[in-house]
Amino acid sequence: MEMVNRPYAAAFEAHAVQHPEVLCLSADLTSSCEIDGFRDRHPGQFLSLGMAEQNMLSFAGGLGLAGFRPFLHSFGVFLYRRPYDQLVASIAYPRRKVRLMGFLPGVTTPGGMTHQAIEDIAVMRTLPNMTVLEAGDATEVESIVAEADTVDGPVYCRILRGAVPRLFDTPLRIGQMRVLSEGDDVLVVTAGVTTEEAIRARSALAGAGVSVRHLHLNTLKPFDAAQIVDHAASVRHGVVTLENHLVNGGIGSMVAEALAEAGLARRLVRLGLQDTYAHGGSRPYLMRHYGMDALALVRAIERLTGQSTGIDEGALEAVRVEAVHSAVKAEAL
Amino acid sequence: MRNEKSTEEVARGIRARVFEHTIRNNGGYLSQACSAAEQLAFLYNEALNLGPSTMPLVPPPFAGVPSAANPGYRTGAGYNGPFDAVHDRLFIAPAHYALVAYACLIEVGRMAPEGLEMFNRDGSSVEMIGAEHSPGMEVHNGTLGIGLSTAAGLAWGRRRLGHTGRVCVFMSDGEVQEGQTWEAVQAAAHHGIDNLWALMDVNRQQCDGAMDDVMTVGDVATKFRDFGAVVAECDAHDLPALRAAAATPHPGRPLIVLAHSRPTQGMESLMSRFPRLHYVRFKSEEERARMNAEIAAELGVAPVPLETQ
Repeated sequence: MEMVNRPYAAAFEAHAVQHPEVLCLSADLTSSCEIDGFRDRHPGQFLSLGMAEQNMLSFAGGLGLAGFRPFLHSFGVFLYRRPYDQLVASIAYPRRKVRLMGFLPGVTTPGGMTHQAIEDIAVMRTLPNMTVLEAGDATEVESIVAEADTVDGPVYCRILRGAVPRLFDTPLRIGQMRVLSEGDDVLVVTAGVTTEEAIRARSALAGAGVSVRHLHLNTLKPFDAAQIVDHAASVRHGVVTLENHLVNGGIGSMVAEALAEAGLARRLVRLGLQDTYAHGGSRPYLMRHYGMDALALVRAIERLTGQSTGIDEGALEAVRVEAVHSAVKAEAL
Repeated sequence: MRNEKSTEEVARGIRARVFEHTIRNNGGYLSQACSAAEQLAFLYNEALNLGPSTMPLVPPPFAGVPSAANPGYRTGAGYNGPFDAVHDRLFIAPAHYALVAYACLIEVGRMAPEGLEMFNRDGSSVEMIGAEHSPGMEVHNGTLGIGLSTAAGLAWGRRRLGHTGRVCVFMSDGEVQEGQTWEAVQAAAHHGIDNLWALMDVNRQQCDGAMDDVMTVGDVATKFRDFGAVVAECDAHDLPALRAAAATPHPGRPLIVLAHSRPTQGMESLMSRFPRLHYVRFKSEEERARMNAEIAAELGVAPVPLETQ
């Protein structure tokens, strides 16, 4: 698997230098969000706003009022949990063209509860006027910058950083989910890092004779409910959603709502954080511990089909283990 | 754009209109008119460089919130004139001062008196807590403390665009209890945003009563200076002092004018309610009638004719 180092850094710089109305805002996590090089090379387009996210969000609303398109860089959780009022009043309500770049989505950080954005999708998708995107590989990180900047209104993006695998060879397009396989036993819906998990199980499931239909979502709002329903209608046993997020309010909820509103009866297993906070640890450990990894997906599929696959951890493709300390990360977070 | 009235006349008119409205509706933000009448009159009548209103004198009804499905959406900022490079912009940060701000718009000829009749009526844009679409408003400031940050961002952007127009925020002193106010000042100072200034109504009152009882805020002037602003202080009811304070040079820094006001200025009868002044609702018809007579006499206007119950 090709690994790409710091795909966001290059993609943001390439886009921003072409668009002087794009501004780069940081809240004291500049190198952690891979914009340190941009700051050094383009200081006139960079605004340091310090550890003061409430001000940063309203300030960005003011920049939007002046016609700029600020890209806000921080860990995802810091972009909505403390400054929620500012997010609504200064950005979402007035439809400012503010681009919220949320790094370390879900359990992709060992930083524990304070650093893990586990309800960001639920929060963001309930806000009127908000668009919600999630990058699942290096290609999507590279293309999400320019794509997000086409949105006529605010957009929140879940961004992957550091060494990111390349899974796709076509860019992210808003509203276009990826159909990764077209089986007819079970529908699997993933996004972000959980897509890589589902891919780890792909060959083992095929070997066990399970025909999987796999959808990768990169646009969480607007949510294409009609397509989800069509895919769900074409499988025999049911649907599994696997998300790097709480199952309540996230992709599991979106799929449940889509099926219910369409009156389509399919069993649904929602994998992800089950109404719980997580704690600090490595990503593979956390995804295993909280039932969000490839093996959890296999077990969920077995529940739907009622048949054991005989697949164990050894049959899955190797877990990609990131170095805790790495030249492509500013700190172990 | 200059008005034919003197700023003193505008201030008197604001008090009279808010008084009349409050008596007639048996409630209103009367104390805010007492403390802020001169400040809003000063801003609209002389301090700000505002173009003529781009909006109808009689405010249009509520026309929907911003959404992709509402392309015709517009804010109430057009009452303050057009958006261009040379004119100033004004945010009313304490949105509960809306009644006072609407009265001011009428006094300076930007809104018809009928506009106040629409205040807090269902389907009206003349909302009780000023919304983006309310006359004279440009952004939502109903949660206190966010106005100065938004203004700082707009001012930074306008400076980068080469605009000569400045950005002004009318603030309330209760907002210094919000942490965001201090985040905003430090950011404005750090980035040298000096096309930004704020006029703060320091009436030392808040919803629960006197600020000293609710949350002590200490020496606000020193705190603002320590956070990087230039601070000028004056008597809010002394127009020459307001003019001098607003003219304080502040190169490389935002200016905060602390206008020390009295929450019963011009309506001393209100002192009988102190410290419950945030929203005046009369406790009885007797109190209403007494206030009607006493305040009318103080303002030199006729009492409001009240229908007999």
